[in-house]
Amino acid sequence: MDMNKKYTARTWPESPEKTTLEGKNKFLGFWLFLGGETVLFASLFATYLALKDKVPSNDHYLAADMFELPLVFIMTMLLLTSSLTSVYAMYHMKNHNYQKMQTWLLITVLLGLGFLCFEIYEFNHYVHEFHHTFTSSAFGSAFYTLVGFHGAHVVVGLGWFTLLLVRNAKRGLNLYNAPKFFVASLYWHFIDVVWVFIFTVVYLMGMVG
Amino acid sequence: MSTVAEKRGFLAVLWDYLTTVDHKKIAILYLVSGGFFFLVGGIEAMLIRIQLAVPDNDFVSAGLYNELLTMHGTTMIFLAAMPLLFAFMNAVVPLQIGARDVAFPFLNSLGFWLFFFGGIFLNLSWFLGGAPDAGWTSYASLSIASDGHGIDFYVLGLQISGAGTLIAGINFLVTIINMRAPGMTYMRMPLFTWSTFVASALILFAFPPLTVGLFLMLFERMFGANFFNVAMGGNTIIWEHLFWIFGHPEVYILILPAFGIFSDIISTFSKKRLFGYAAMVFATVLIGFLGFMVWAHHMFTTGLGPTANAIFAVATMAIAVPTGVKIFNWLLTMWGGSIRFTTPMLYAVAFIPSFVAGGVTGVMLASAPADYQYHDSYFVVAHFHYVIIGGVVLGLLAGTHFYWPKMFGTMLNETLGKITFWLFLIGFHGTFFIQHFLGLMGMPRRIWKYLPNQGLDLFNMISTIGAFFMAVAVIVLIANVIITQVKNVRVGNDPWGDGRTLEWAISSPPPYYNFKQLPLVRGLDPLWIEKMEGRTEMTPAEPLGDIHMPNNSFIPFVMSLGLFIAAFGAMYQVDWRASDGAEYVWSIPVLIIGMLITIGSMAVRSMKDDHGYHIHKEDLMDDHDKGGRE
Repeated sequence: MDMNKKYTARTWPESPEKTTLEGKNKFLGFWLFLGGETVLFASLFATYLALKDKVPSNDHYLAADMFELPLVFIMTMLLLTSSLTSVYAMYHMKNHNYQKMQTWLLITVLLGLGFLCFEIYEFNHYVHEFHHTFTSSAFGSAFYTLVGFHGAHVVVGLGWFTLLLVRNAKRGLNLYNAPKFFVASLYWHFIDVVWVFIFTVVYLMGMVG
Repeated sequence: MSTVAEKRGFLAVLWDYLTTVDHKKIAILYLVSGGFFFLVGGIEAMLIRIQLAVPDNDFVSAGLYNELLTMHGTTMIFLAAMPLLFAFMNAVVPLQIGARDVAFPFLNSLGFWLFFFGGIFLNLSWFLGGAPDAGWTSYASLSIASDGHGIDFYVLGLQISGAGTLIAGINFLVTIINMRAPGMTYMRMPLFTWSTFVASALILFAFPPLTVGLFLMLFERMFGANFFNVAMGGNTIIWEHLFWIFGHPEVYILILPAFGIFSDIISTFSKKRLFGYAAMVFATVLIGFLGFMVWAHHMFTTGLGPTANAIFAVATMAIAVPTGVKIFNWLLTMWGGSIRFTTPMLYAVAFIPSFVAGGVTGVMLASAPADYQYHDSYFVVAHFHYVIIGGVVLGLLAGTHFYWPKMFGTMLNETLGKITFWLFLIGFHGTFFIQHFLGLMGMPRRIWKYLPNQGLDLFNMISTIGAFFMAVAVIVLIANVIITQVKNVRVGNDPWGDGRTLEWAISSPPPYYNFKQLPLVRGLDPLWIEKMEGRTEMTPAEPLGDIHMPNNSFIPFVMSLGLFIAAFGAMYQVDWRASDGAEYVWSIPVLIIGMLITIGSMAVRSMKDDHGYHIHKEDLMDDHDKGGRE
């Protein structure tokens, strides 16, 4: 099959991400990878729960003293919305509407970037206001590792989308790059799901002690 | 193709192997490097046994002994047993399911190079200030107190090679799910393919906890985190849990493919269809599932409490049931069969009682109250060597003899093979059977010397003599390999004569595109079905057409090299930050350069289109090997 074959909205297949064997393999392999990633985050959550509020002495701040729900709520909204916009992008990808797909992916990237800025502000705030650092306590190490791993995933996701947009800026959709866009958006959804758990386990459960 | 290869110079061959994405060549890379690390681990084992041969020995120091036992375990599990299994998986599984290659040829190469550089990094510790010395389990309380960089080599080396293993696992899963030939349904897959499938699923879910455990250790030792530091609120039991949530499935990752190799060997040389095929498949899946439920049996004496211990004890004993199903199915496959005792078959027959012995001590250890007596004694050492050597290593040696003709196109000498077998079997039981009694008499594991006249002298000497038998056996095997390759007598498609599965329907070694026309699979043991109907080869499932092939790539090597370089930076920045280490100012730049190499080559990989190439139908018809019919 010619990978660079030009398609129109009429000839474009229904599931372009799974039309070629390469695409099918990529699709399945990436789902499996996300299964492994789930176990990775499960291990990090378990570590965090074991070490939550475990500090060397009484003068350290605990979760309930530091976390502020308004800030985390804004971050959650940014990330959830970015997941929605990536769904729109994939909708247009499936309809072979390349420009709209690009637009929605760009919005996704901007929302993700906004999330990241708030996260950096948040970490900076904890370090300077509460002396809650990576090395100050077991709680600190576990908190920054769990939330930081998620943050690093956001960075990778943003870099991935950006690279895809730049590389494919001028050549439109074909069966070679459609699976790539699709798989990147799967990754973005996964990041979003992990954040939902972080919001619940770290922040909501942190507020109630 | 082969005439061209013979005329090429050494550098061209080297470049070919550095860039190859062909599963058959990657199999050879795994076999050679896994074999190398097997020898390294074996030498470490011999040094351990020499030290323990006589009481109060001064052959090695206490510190060096700790390094030897740590590196022996780590090397054998991560750098020898698993890569050698990957060698056979790569060589055989795509052929067994009638595929042209694995699902992700590029990732296959990346997985190998990550493993290779991780292994080299770990072993460089011997030359750069001392190897890890906290045991292969590297329990946190011990390992965060370990001086020098030994543990850092362990953490970073395993992190890199573990990433490679994870990649290989996903690759095999997708290959087996998506790339099967027409008619190759799940319940027609050979047992080696099935066990590879289940073992790959175990890799996918077992390696991430190890990754996290290693990251925590890495952050703790190199970036000042406090996960395991009790004074800062940490908890060392977290490491134990994470390690064994990985570590217990790991033993099934090792043993299941060995089970698969034995299943294929036993059915081939009994000239019978595998007895209870469906039960075998079900038992394999069940063992894989239960393998995740039992990790805390390694931690009975940690103090999790009687409830947890009881649950994990019962779950552990439950694994004996599907394992028993497999043992009886192997026996009943041989029952009434027309058995030929070739070298692989000898290994298979010897494996059954050896592994049962290891299984029985396993059930003994699973009993939590009794485990308090056995814990950390030589009884445990005897147990896990019975399952690992009696199961995995016998499986690897059997697989080496069985699949050698398919991988290299030559037959290993049967007489030398049988000499290897008997020496190894006698040596193995001589070394480890007696260690059960050493353990029951109270000899603790991981000690570097013992006092004379405590009843331990004779048995330890016997154990050491057994180890030398195994060493001689390995030397005979190497001689066999060299003699065979020098003689270079080529063999045909089915050198054992009784091949049942698809890999024996193709030339040895297969052409680089594997099957010219994908075969039509009409049942379990597809080649045997064709043979029974008087044909010598498979019926094609498709007309001859162009074959799509992936391009070779040097990028996997560079990506892995980048991580290898970055690991040195990550490790030595500790010395640089420890104020007196001005000479380590290069560490952070090296870390950054290494990461840039890796990320940069990833970017190149994604920016540059790689569509592969096609072998045209006309070129295929010029080839003289069989199967080129219109």
